[in-house]
Amino acid sequence: MITYPGSQDDRDALWALAALDAEAVTVWHEERELPDLDAVVLPGGFSYGDYLRCGAIARFSPATSAVSEFAEAGGLVLGICNGFQILCEADLLPGVLLRNESLRFVCRDVRLTVERDDLPFTRRCTAGRQLVLPVKHGDGRYLPPPDLDPAQVVLRYLDNPNGSVEKIAGVCNEAGNVMGLMPHPEHAVDPLLGSDDGALLLASLVDAARERVLAAA
Amino acid sequence: MRATVLVRPKPGILDPQGEAVGSALGHLGFEVHDARVGKVIDLDVDATDAAAAKAQVEQMCERLLANPLIESYEVEIVG
Repeated sequence: MITYPGSQDDRDALWALAALDAEAVTVWHEERELPDLDAVVLPGGFSYGDYLRCGAIARFSPATSAVSEFAEAGGLVLGICNGFQILCEADLLPGVLLRNESLRFVCRDVRLTVERDDLPFTRRCTAGRQLVLPVKHGDGRYLPPPDLDPAQVVLRYLDNPNGSVEKIAGVCNEAGNVMGLMPHPEHAVDPLLGSDDGALLLASLVDAARERVLAAA
Repeated sequence: MRATVLVRPKPGILDPQGEAVGSALGHLGFEVHDARVGKVIDLDVDATDAAAAKAQVEQMCERLLANPLIESYEVEIVG
C-alpha cells in the first residue's frame, strides 16, 4: 500500500486486506525502492490536493516510479479511485478521469457488472455478476483513449454515476496485471458495511499474489 | 524569463464546467453559444533566450502541465 500526502483510504485498505489474511504494509511515497512485495495497492484520497489534475503530481513520486518498474516486470498493481487516477497519469493504464458530468461529488453505493473474470483481480467473480460497491469521487468520469481494446474493460456501472464513457468503472492494462477502478472495494468487505462484494475483488488479488509466491518457491 | 501557458480542453472533450459557466452567463442575460474553461500557468524560468525558454516550457507541458489526451496548450514567452 503506497501512502501519498493526501491519501485517505490507505488504512481502510490495510484493514480490509488484513481481514482477508494478507500481510499488508504501507510504503511512504518518498521510498525509491519497494520492499519485497507480491502486489501493490494504490489507495484512494486526494494525493497532493489533486492539484493540476488528479494524480498528476503523485505520478512523479519516487514510489510511483518504483511501482512502474514493479508493474513492467509483471507485478500485480491495483489502483482504487485516486490510485486509478495516478495509474492513468503514469501511463500504466489507458485513458484519463475527468470531472463528473454533473459537477457534483457523488457518494453512494453503485451497482456494477463484472466484464472479465479471468484477471488476478476478478477471479473469484463470474463474468456478468453484479456487484454493489460504494463510490465517492468528484473526478470519476472515465474517458478512454480512442484505441482502447474493449477487452480491457473490467467493470461497468449499471447506472452511470459520473458520465463515464461506455459506463466504464474499471479497466486493466493489456497484460492484465494492472487494474484501476473508481468504486471502493476496501469499504465493502463486511455485510455490516452494507456490502461485502469488495472482498471478492480484494480476495482475488490476495489469492493471485499468494499463488505467484508459491509458484516461485 | 516569464512564460505564460494556456491549457485548454481539446475540442470534442465534454467540459461540464464550461457548460455551467455558459449557462450562468445566459442567466445574466448574456448570449453565449459556447463556453470552455481551461487554465493559465505563469512561470519564471532560467533561459538564455526566448526560443530556449519556449522549448523548455513546451517540455514541461508535454511531461506535466497538460494531459495530451484531453488538453491542448499554448506557450507564450512574455520576456
